[in-house]
Amino acid sequence: MESVMLDRSPATTRTFDLEGGSTRELNQFLHTDLAASGVRRVEVLNPKGAHSIAVGVNHPVEIDVQGHGGYYLGGMNKHASITVHGNVGWGVAENMMSGMVRVKGFASESAGATGHGGLLVIEGNASLRCGISMKGIDIVVGGGVGNYSAFMAQAGRLVVCGDAGDALGDSLYEAVLYVRGRIKSLGADAREEPMGAADIAGVGDLLRRAGLAYDPAEFKRVASARQLYHWNADANQEY
Amino acid sequence: MNKPFDPVSASAAHRIQREESAGYDRRVIDYIHHAAASGLYEIRGLGAKRHLPSFDDLVFLAGSASRYPLEGYRERCTTKTVLGTRFAKKPVELDIPITFAGMSFGSLSARVKQALGRAATALGTSTTTGDGGMTQEERESSKTLVYQCLPSRYGFNPDDVRRADAIELVIGQGAKPGGGGMLLGQKVNPRVAKMRTLPEGIDQRSACRHPDWTGPDDLVIKLNELREITDWQIPIYVKIGATRVYHDVKLAVHAGADVVVVDGMQGGTAATQTVFIENVGIPTLAALRQAVEALEEMDMRGKVQLVISGGIRTGADVAKALAMGADAVSVGQGALIAMGCNHDSWFGDGVAHSAESDYAVLGTAPGFCHHCHTGRCPVGITTQDALLEQRLEPAVAAKRLKNYFKTMNMELTTIARACGKSNVHNLEREDLVALTIEAAAMANLPLAGTNWIPGA
Repeated sequence: MESVMLDRSPATTRTFDLEGGSTRELNQFLHTDLAASGVRRVEVLNPKGAHSIAVGVNHPVEIDVQGHGGYYLGGMNKHASITVHGNVGWGVAENMMSGMVRVKGFASESAGATGHGGLLVIEGNASLRCGISMKGIDIVVGGGVGNYSAFMAQAGRLVVCGDAGDALGDSLYEAVLYVRGRIKSLGADAREEPMGAADIAGVGDLLRRAGLAYDPAEFKRVASARQLYHWNADANQEY
Repeated sequence: MNKPFDPVSASAAHRIQREESAGYDRRVIDYIHHAAASGLYEIRGLGAKRHLPSFDDLVFLAGSASRYPLEGYRERCTTKTVLGTRFAKKPVELDIPITFAGMSFGSLSARVKQALGRAATALGTSTTTGDGGMTQEERESSKTLVYQCLPSRYGFNPDDVRRADAIELVIGQGAKPGGGGMLLGQKVNPRVAKMRTLPEGIDQRSACRHPDWTGPDDLVIKLNELREITDWQIPIYVKIGATRVYHDVKLAVHAGADVVVVDGMQGGTAATQTVFIENVGIPTLAALRQAVEALEEMDMRGKVQLVISGGIRTGADVAKALAMGADAVSVGQGALIAMGCNHDSWFGDGVAHSAESDYAVLGTAPGFCHHCHTGRCPVGITTQDALLEQRLEPAVAAKRLKNYFKTMNMELTTIARACGKSNVHNLEREDLVALTIEAAAMANLPLAGTNWIPGA
């Protein structure tokens, strides 16, 4: 879906300059007027770390943010393809359902938190709790991820091309993590498993879509040992 | 040769000792036996069972020579309630100040959620989702539906955000402030599992902290994001479990809440550790007073609405809560009881069927049951079992809920009229006194018959 050719002509591009305008105007346009406007591409100038840029979009549109974003950029995204030409604050693409968010720089904490679908690409590093409670989203990080990444991750895939911090995948459910570099430590119930053919193919596909030229065979697979799924097996469910 | 009969020593030898220890009473002995047998803390439903200072410890000073009452049957007393007037373009407008508290699909069956929605719509009030997402049944049956945003974010999605009538960001719950939700494997059936993106049958323990914000400064930004997504149309509530209420309410208001919901420690749960239920949080009475003080100090009374919950059972409780400064109340456990929780029978095809043997299988009896966590609810309320859930007929349950809420509302207006108020929101602190020193101190009200407010 990310390969759809987009019309980049000026007639179908709308520009919002947050220097003089507001995030409110931008989001209101994206929510209400965009669908019938014929606009295929939105350019956001001078974001200067503003929060909640392009949140709750529910329409296929290409959005380019020319600078740094604050918290929750692309939050709850559906259908849109958003590129940030800079860094982002907490919770980029939080609870994303579909579409794509690409961060050319670094991402702060909780990137892709609770995302249900779509693809989040962070070309630089991601900070703590990347992919926390993810519910089906795919996340590809070109650099490393901080501590407690994929904490309680339920479904989806996290691909880390650099290193992972402490307690990776603590209390994992069915999400699967792939790390190319060093894993400082695994969290409770997370374990390394052999890479299968499906893993190689899946990671290869995600790397290709992310535009990163690494060999999938270099990655380690981390998944849940499923020992925490029930309260206390020794107690024979006597609660 | 037999000894001569000595009535004094004979009585001592044959006396059966029945003096119960205050420290090691039967409850504590049972707790230790259970811990020793299982090696696991007890998890159960319902709320705090211990005695706590409560609205029962307050009484009204009605009309007399210095105040005159309104005619109970002739003079009008309005109950209309509006929540979310601060920022939302479409505040929630209710016919009564009594709402249904957030309870999850998962802890309750889909049929129960539907019954709650039907009753709320018939009553002109709101109902609330819970830690498991919004079901089609409850959205369709509810005219006004509050959509919770919880730490787990199970089933949370932008489509449901857009079709909600208000968003309630849940920081904590009265039964377990500081704790996350729980749903034991017996209740994680295929539908529940799919909505929560979890494997079927696992013991689900939800996160206790939100995944994408930490602390009051972040909360400001998170609330703003929810407002941006909903284009500032609908109210954003913030719900807190009652602990440091005075500060938490101020922080919620500072963060931009339209409505603050404060849930006291008598609030119910479908599954929480007993040690948590009974030992964490403060009583609703104390929480309400602190919340009102916080709003008054910020000059936000009437601008940010206050909803109180946790052990609201009767119309008198509602009237006392409103008089102390709440704008509305939420009822959870009471609503379940109205539908038949702890009843000795369930009703099917117009016939009562005894549920006593099913309670016995759980090791309990009607009137004592707190076994929501087992998913084996004998009256078909807190279950995901395909057969058991049929024991609750949504139309019958909705009617019972409607009766219960109408009764409470009539009790509320009865008291309001007696106090001379033509609007229940005009009930005031001056109408109340306390019966115990503890309640007087917590509620900051005079002890009845005196001018003494402990600590004032």
